[in-house]
Amino acid sequence: MSKDLIPEAPLGKVIVVTSGKGGVGKTTTSAAVGAELARRGHKTVVIDFDVGLRNLDMIMGCERRVVFDFINVIQGDAKLKQALIRDRRLETLSVLPTSQTRDKDALTREGVEKVLEELRQDFDYIICDSPAGIERGAQMAMYFADEAIVVTNPEVSSVRDSDRVLGLLNSITERAGKEGAEPVKAQVLITRHNKARIDSGEMMPVEDVLEILAVPLLGIIPESAAVLRASNLGVPVVLDEPSAAGTAYEDAAGRLIGEQIEMRIAADRRPGLLQRLFGRTA
Amino acid sequence: MFGFSLRPRKASASTAKERLQILLAHERSGGTRPDCLPQLQRDILEVIRRHMQIGDEAIDIRMERGDELSSLEINIEFPGKLGMN
Ligand SMILES: Nc1ncnc2c1ncn2[C@@H]1O[C@H](COP(=O)(O)OP(=O)(O)OP(=O)(O)O)[C@@H](O)[C@H]1O
Ligand SMILES: [Mg+2]
Repeated sequence: MSKDLIPEAPLGKVIVVTSGKGGVGKTTTSAAVGAELARRGHKTVVIDFDVGLRNLDMIMGCERRVVFDFINVIQGDAKLKQALIRDRRLETLSVLPTSQTRDKDALTREGVEKVLEELRQDFDYIICDSPAGIERGAQMAMYFADEAIVVTNPEVSSVRDSDRVLGLLNSITERAGKEGAEPVKAQVLITRHNKARIDSGEMMPVEDVLEILAVPLLGIIPESAAVLRASNLGVPVVLDEPSAAGTAYEDAAGRLIGEQIEMRIAADRRPGLLQRLFGRTA
Repeated sequence: MFGFSLRPRKASASTAKERLQILLAHERSGGTRPDCLPQLQRDILEVIRRHMQIGDEAIDIRMERGDELSSLEINIEFPGKLGMN
C-alpha cells in the first residue's frame, strides 16, 4: 500500500516449497518459514496451492476465518484483499487459503500469474505451499518461483522425488524458459532428521543426500514432537514455545534471506523431572 | 515467562479435537456452501448500490466460525459524501 509512494520499491520474491513426495513437511515448512520471515518484519504471505485438500489454514490456525479463497480470486468472485486473512499474532503475516471443493484444474496459469503479480507489489515474500506430486498442481506452484525450498526427508523415495522436482525447476518454470533469466535458486531443506537413526545406519546422513542432489543446504530440521504439538494448536512451530524444530526453522529462514548462520543439528532437551511432573512438555 | 505453572496445561491433542469438531460441523452442515459467500457478497453489493455508488472493493466480509455461535462482520466503505442515486 505505502509502497506506491516509492516507485523503486523492489518487487516481492516468490518462493515455492515443494518436494514431489507427500507428507515430508512442506506445509509445516511453509507455515514456519513464513511466520519467521514475518516476525523479522518482512511482509509475508503464504499461499495454499493444494487445491481440494486445504490444510495450511489448519496449520496456521486461521481455519475458522476463511471466507474467500485463491480459486474465488482467480475466478473473479472476490478481490485478492477480500480473500487474504491477516494473522492475529503477526501483522506482517497473511494467508491465502485454497478451495476445499474445487480441483486443481481451477488453477489457470494466467490466474496464478495475476494473483502473484499483485502480491509482489504488496509483500516482500510470497511463500507457495505446493501439493505433493509432480503434476499440474505442483507445476503451477513452482512455475513463477524465483526460489525453491526442496523439502527432503533422508530416505530413498523422498530423495529420488526431490531430484525429479529439481529437474522440473530447471525445465518447466518461467525462469527456465526465459532467455537470459537466472534459473530458479533451489536449496534443500532436510526435515524429520533423526540423529539416532542416522547414527545407527538406518537413515542416510545429510552429506549423502547433498552429494546426490548437488544443491545447497538450507537447513536441517530435526524430527520433533514440537511439530505435532504446534499443528494441534494451529500455531507455526516458530511461534510456539521454544523447541529444536523451531530454532532450526528460524535458522533456515535467516539463511533464506542471506544471513550466514552456522549449520547445527539441534535436539530437544530431555524434559526435566519437574517439567514431566507438571506436564510441561507434550 | 519461563517459570512453570503448577496447573497442568491442557494437552495439545484436545485442542486439535475441538478445532476439528468446530470446523467439520460447519463443513458438514453446508453452512458455507462453496458459492454461498460469493453470492452473499454480490447480493449485499446490489442492495447497497440501490442507495449509494460503491465499487466492488468497497465491501469486506470477515467471518469467525464458532462452537455455538458464528459471526459475520461486513464492512462497507463509501465516499465521505453519500452518492445517493
Ligand atoms: N520435523 C518434524 N518432526 C516431526 N513431525 C513432522 C516434522 N515435519 C513434519 N512432520 C509431520 O509430518 C506430517 C506431514 O507434514 P506436512 O503436512 O507438513 O507435510 P506435507 O509435505 O505438506 O504433506 P502433503 O504432501 O500431504 O501436503 C504431519 O503430521 C507433520 O506433523
Ligand atoms: Mg501439505
